[in-house]
Amino acid sequence: MGIGNSLKVDIGGGLRLKNPIMTASGTFGYGSEFADYVNLQRLGAIVVKGISLQPRPGNPPPRIVETSCGMLNAIGLENVGIEKFSSGKMPFLRKIGTPVIVNILGDSIEEYSELAEKLNDIKGISAIEVNISCPNVKKGGVAFGTDPVMVKKVTESVKAKTSLPVIIKLSPNVTDITATARAAEDGGADTVSLINTLMGIAIDHKSRKPKLANIIGGLSGPAIKPVALRMVWQVANAVKIPIIGIGGIMSTDDALEFMVAGASAVQVGTANLVDPDTTERIIDGMSDFVEETGCQSIREIVGTLQTG
Amino acid sequence: MSAIKLEAEVLRNEKITRDVYRLTMLAPAIAEGASPGQFVMVKANKDFGSPLLRRPFSIHRAMENGRIEILFKTIGKGTAFLATRQSGDILSLVGPLGRGFTLPSQPANICIVGGGMGIAPLFYLTKQLLRSNIDHQAIKVFLGAATASEIAVLENDFASLGVTVKIATDDGSTGHHGLVTELLSDNLDQTENWQIYSCGPHPMMKAIASYCLARKWSCQVSLETLMACGISACLGCAIRGSAQGLESSKPYLHVCKDGPVFAAGDVAWE
Repeated sequence: MGIGNSLKVDIGGGLRLKNPIMTASGTFGYGSEFADYVNLQRLGAIVVKGISLQPRPGNPPPRIVETSCGMLNAIGLENVGIEKFSSGKMPFLRKIGTPVIVNILGDSIEEYSELAEKLNDIKGISAIEVNISCPNVKKGGVAFGTDPVMVKKVTESVKAKTSLPVIIKLSPNVTDITATARAAEDGGADTVSLINTLMGIAIDHKSRKPKLANIIGGLSGPAIKPVALRMVWQVANAVKIPIIGIGGIMSTDDALEFMVAGASAVQVGTANLVDPDTTERIIDGMSDFVEETGCQSIREIVGTLQTG
Repeated sequence: MSAIKLEAEVLRNEKITRDVYRLTMLAPAIAEGASPGQFVMVKANKDFGSPLLRRPFSIHRAMENGRIEILFKTIGKGTAFLATRQSGDILSLVGPLGRGFTLPSQPANICIVGGGMGIAPLFYLTKQLLRSNIDHQAIKVFLGAATASEIAVLENDFASLGVTVKIATDDGSTGHHGLVTELLSDNLDQTENWQIYSCGPHPMMKAIASYCLARKWSCQVSLETLMACGISACLGCAIRGSAQGLESSKPYLHVCKDGPVFAAGDVAWE
């Protein structure tokens, strides 16, 4: 078997990728932003910036701040909305030919189902990733992703409206991530991706003000990798559906660690903002790894953490 | 013109004041494609060390021999790292990025107003104006600094181009004792129409914007924000736009993509 086949992975719902390297939503725009830096055709999949029914303006500035080994962001899910995504962004993405995974977000169960339904009319989409870290407006703003009952409901409502594979992106801001992972699986999810950002605050003690206008932001980058690895490993022991690992992946070694922990594929996030060609570098590194170790397929290392 | 990520060799790192450096790098693909007001994202660490994110710097000069220069003041970890770079070191750059200054299409009276590190892109702009159809006698340059020692080298650089240079310092150690904005009323013929270009601290640009808008003078400002990617992927560099500056109901502009140079009237000055 050549290298061409040895990086292929299955990520659930019948979706097979040419390699396990995807982009994390919100760190790769709509793909075209990276055309100068990355051969987009080489990517396993492109996960686009989260889309809502209506365009969202995002949060007031400042929206980002660097913290130790990471960054805190409160972009506020700024996006062009599904109509403009379909007419303005998809034509470019279709031309590339790489699987496009659309990340969706909403304020209510109804919004998630309506989004899933609308995506049926757009050609060239390979899967839906559901961001359940948004506040449920009807339930006092508690995030969908923190309540297993709501996670199951959102999953079921999206699944009911689409025949595409459905990936539920789990929030790490919970006591037990295996509970929400199982709820997604029970609701019919084809895959879970984890982790989303960890909630945090950065403070300027001189002015006694928060560094973000939104006060609270989402932490990403190398700082969160150990937390993400722990959660991927826990979820791998709790569900049967495939897992996509996310959280501070900057290198091939990082990506391989997530796969050993139990991820079938990975998403690269914050690293894209620092080195826009990170994904391609990791794909090269993974080819080298397969060649050097002589394994037939990268799938051989998934979930092989030796704990005995 | 598309942007590129490349490894640039440091050719020179000149300390021009107590805490300001001028870093010269060999980056032909960026130098050839750049225009004044554009910026580069510089990795100010090794691998994915600290600080993690690249830092944006205006291009201070882009030369025909493939060299580019940035000007920076040592403030945090990133600039401290850059201050220790020496000839032969390699730095990772992404650029040229953003929308730069729009040059006048016909001869015009030009006034360039810079303060502090905001002076960085204005030298490149002045050179480019001179290279276009603008006579050196038509360009006035007003520079603001805290004290004489901070501005001496830059003042000489501008003066060597043959343009009129006026200085304002906070402590009065050279030039006008006071704000650079005060030089506008003292030195610009109010009966003429001026094209203003400005970069500097926010309060300075806000004052200049309102001064120019009141006189209906065209004014372009180069803004700075915290930035993560510089390539319009993260949308972290939002600023509020004015009704005039926004294409739809969106309240925000993004400095990395819509700017860093804006028409003064397009920005909601807060």
